[in-house]
Amino acid sequence: MHRIRCPFCGARDETEFAYRGDATKRRPPDDADEDAFFDYVYRRANPKDWHVEWWHHTGGCRRLVKVVRHTVTHEVHWTGWPDQPPSLPDGAP
Amino acid sequence: MSRYGALRVLREGLTGNRGWQPVWREPQPKESYEVVIVGGGGHGLATAFYLAAEHGITDVAVLEKGALGQGNVGRNTTIIRSNYLLPANTAFYERSLKLWESLERTLDFNTMVSQRGVLNLYHSDAQRDAFARRGNAMRLAGIDAELLNRDEVRELVPLLDFKDARFPIEGGLLQRRGGTARHDAVAWGFARAADQRGVDLIQDCEVTGFDIDGDRVRAVRTTRGPIRARKVGIAVAGHTSQVAQLAGLDLPIESHVLQAFVTEAVKPLLHHVVTFGAAHFYISQSDKGGLVFGGDLDGWNSFAQRGNLPTMERVMSSAVAMLPCLGRLRVVRQWGGVMDMSFDGSPFICRTPIEGLYLNGGWCYGGFKATPGSGWCFAHTIAKDEPHPDNAAYTIERFREGRLIDESGHGPFPWAH
Repeated sequence: MHRIRCPFCGARDETEFAYRGDATKRRPPDDADEDAFFDYVYRRANPKDWHVEWWHHTGGCRRLVKVVRHTVTHEVHWTGWPDQPPSLPDGAP
Repeated sequence: MSRYGALRVLREGLTGNRGWQPVWREPQPKESYEVVIVGGGGHGLATAFYLAAEHGITDVAVLEKGALGQGNVGRNTTIIRSNYLLPANTAFYERSLKLWESLERTLDFNTMVSQRGVLNLYHSDAQRDAFARRGNAMRLAGIDAELLNRDEVRELVPLLDFKDARFPIEGGLLQRRGGTARHDAVAWGFARAADQRGVDLIQDCEVTGFDIDGDRVRAVRTTRGPIRARKVGIAVAGHTSQVAQLAGLDLPIESHVLQAFVTEAVKPLLHHVVTFGAAHFYISQSDKGGLVFGGDLDGWNSFAQRGNLPTMERVMSSAVAMLPCLGRLRVVRQWGGVMDMSFDGSPFICRTPIEGLYLNGGWCYGGFKATPGSGWCFAHTIAKDEPHPDNAAYTIERFREGRLIDESGHGPFPWAH
């Protein structure tokens, strides 16, 4: 069971959240080309390492939470607001 | 090497079983091969076998970073079926099921293919209509499918909850030719048959990079030295992103963990593979007597081969909702496997932008049933440098071109497929 610290509600169980995937991708401008949208929607680094990702606090404040979590140990290193730059552990790529 | 059979078992039994030999060699890697397959799991071994058996290409090495068959081919729920809706999937999975039906004779190995029937339960009128549509699509493609009503399901699987279920069973879609196979034997059978045809199976040999000259692959770098190859096939589902990144490709794949469970062994109580329609849950009984079952992904990116308690709880509650008699059984084993989840739930068997480099991956959690078909189609794609019609739709470019094969209609969210 992941415990995720929602910046608004505090530490909660993962069952209160809905996973929303990779948080490093930014939606390109509407007039961007096909390649930019392909990259945004489909291309993923899929790291076996620290992963910056969205968790939607559907069972709480319903805000999106940015989470830095390890995809092998499942350790949650950092959580924050959507507009905060994520804090990665020392030595992370 | 002599063939397996009743006479051989009898002779060995009478002579103290001293005549059995290791069933594949342990060769040193050569400097170069015609074809190198990265990944010694079910799909990689099947590909090597069909390259030799169907295309006469025997100068082949399979490189495996650990031991053969220790990945997802050894950690699945062993179900085989071809009950799909979309034309690209029906053609491919039906080819695979046909190969399963003759696999034991093809490989001279008992893979314990058991066509006990796969039954999908439906619990509402809308679900019945969706299943009728899928069954009709299957029959149009020449695949067997039968839509059963509640009484017919009850006759087939009387232990299901027909009394006071929260989601009453209305009926089911049955594919009688579906069933199960012995997963480890599939890996061993393909390995032995490939080895007999001259394929080098090289274990403890991790690929650490590709030598790419212009836009053509020339060699693979490994922990046992560089190996030149005219063609290289990647079949490492679970870690496809990592291996493809060694060649500079970021693929539409995320890795997720899927759990499976086995109970203590009991006398035969479930003769079919049954799937629940009110939640994601599938179950069968192994020949040893244990009930083998699974459910949803845990739902977040993970490379850990273990699962988490919330998903376990969901799976167990689905189990007792569908088959209340399971409530008193103990679960004796639980494990997780790393799934390549693609963005439409369908796989890749295709060429890549790099000449001579071919991709097999993105199997989501449907890789086991595909093993022979995947090997057969991937071998064809590598040997002919173009796909067979049965895997022509499984490209990387389909995402750019908008030709998604989204069987479940969940959209570009890998954890939802």
